[in-house]
Amino acid sequence: MSHEIEDLNRRLLRARDAMDRAYAEPLDVRTVAAVAHISEAHFSRSFRAAFGETPHRYLQRRRVERSMFLLRETDRSVTDICFDVGFMSLGTFSRTFREIIGETPSSYRDAHGPMVAPNCVQMWAMRPRVAVGRATPADPAPQSSSFGEAGTAAAQ
Amino acid sequence: MLTRLNVASIYVLDKDEALDFYVNKLGLEKGSDFKQGDYRWLTVRVPGNPDVEIGLEQPGPPLHDEATAEQIRELVSKGALSGLVFHTDDARALYETLQERGVTDFTQEPIDHFYGTDMGLRDPFGNAIRILERKTSAAATA
Repeated sequence: MSHEIEDLNRRLLRARDAMDRAYAEPLDVRTVAAVAHISEAHFSRSFRAAFGETPHRYLQRRRVERSMFLLRETDRSVTDICFDVGFMSLGTFSRTFREIIGETPSSYRDAHGPMVAPNCVQMWAMRPRVAVGRATPADPAPQSSSFGEAGTAAAQ
Repeated sequence: MLTRLNVASIYVLDKDEALDFYVNKLGLEKGSDFKQGDYRWLTVRVPGNPDVEIGLEQPGPPLHDEATAEQIRELVSKGALSGLVFHTDDARALYETLQERGVTDFTQEPIDHFYGTDMGLRDPFGNAIRILERKTSAAATA
């Protein structure tokens, strides 16, 4: 019985790892669910039960974390960084960044310099929590098969 | 005064499977392997580095009651527990070697940073493994 939970967790973790690895690509729920060998609907529900947030939100926070890294560490433009981390439109990037961090990408860049820590530590430790008061309370699961940034079906 | 780290342990879900992965896939060597009653003291270590051992502990009696063991197993399998960091002299060559040995659970292919080249993978149970080739390490990677 418990081995089933471990096996499910392990497959969900493999799918989460795929998002951490391929955040820059246009991922959709189907692709990530396939990594876990789980149907789309079951995947989103199981992922949330295991990790406390939807796969959509997990990926958003990974992309925002990577954008924060690039804002701190590079001179690339906000627009370039938006596409570097997998967002498909500047509007979605700016809105998502502001919702999670509580300020704009530009103001974040102005206030933060490079951070001296190994990249893996940054990826572990710096993936942002949602700024207080900014979160949409329900963190709704995406209704379409898109993560919101990829393709034309702009969920959210 | 403390002189050295000797053993650090991680939780694995099966000691035989762990031994196979850490020795035959990752390239560590077996350290201790003693059985006393139901308990098996099993460690692995970096070849040539015998003073630091990694204990491979399996949740369950006599260390834990069954309910506690189940909680630990669930945490291991969702990647919520701590992991290991190793040094290598050639991250990209090791990446290829690991692929040839059938390792598929990479969390990050080799990437260059100002401090060196690192990569990431998971053991069969969900524990994170990081491997770093330090940039200025030709002489210093003891």
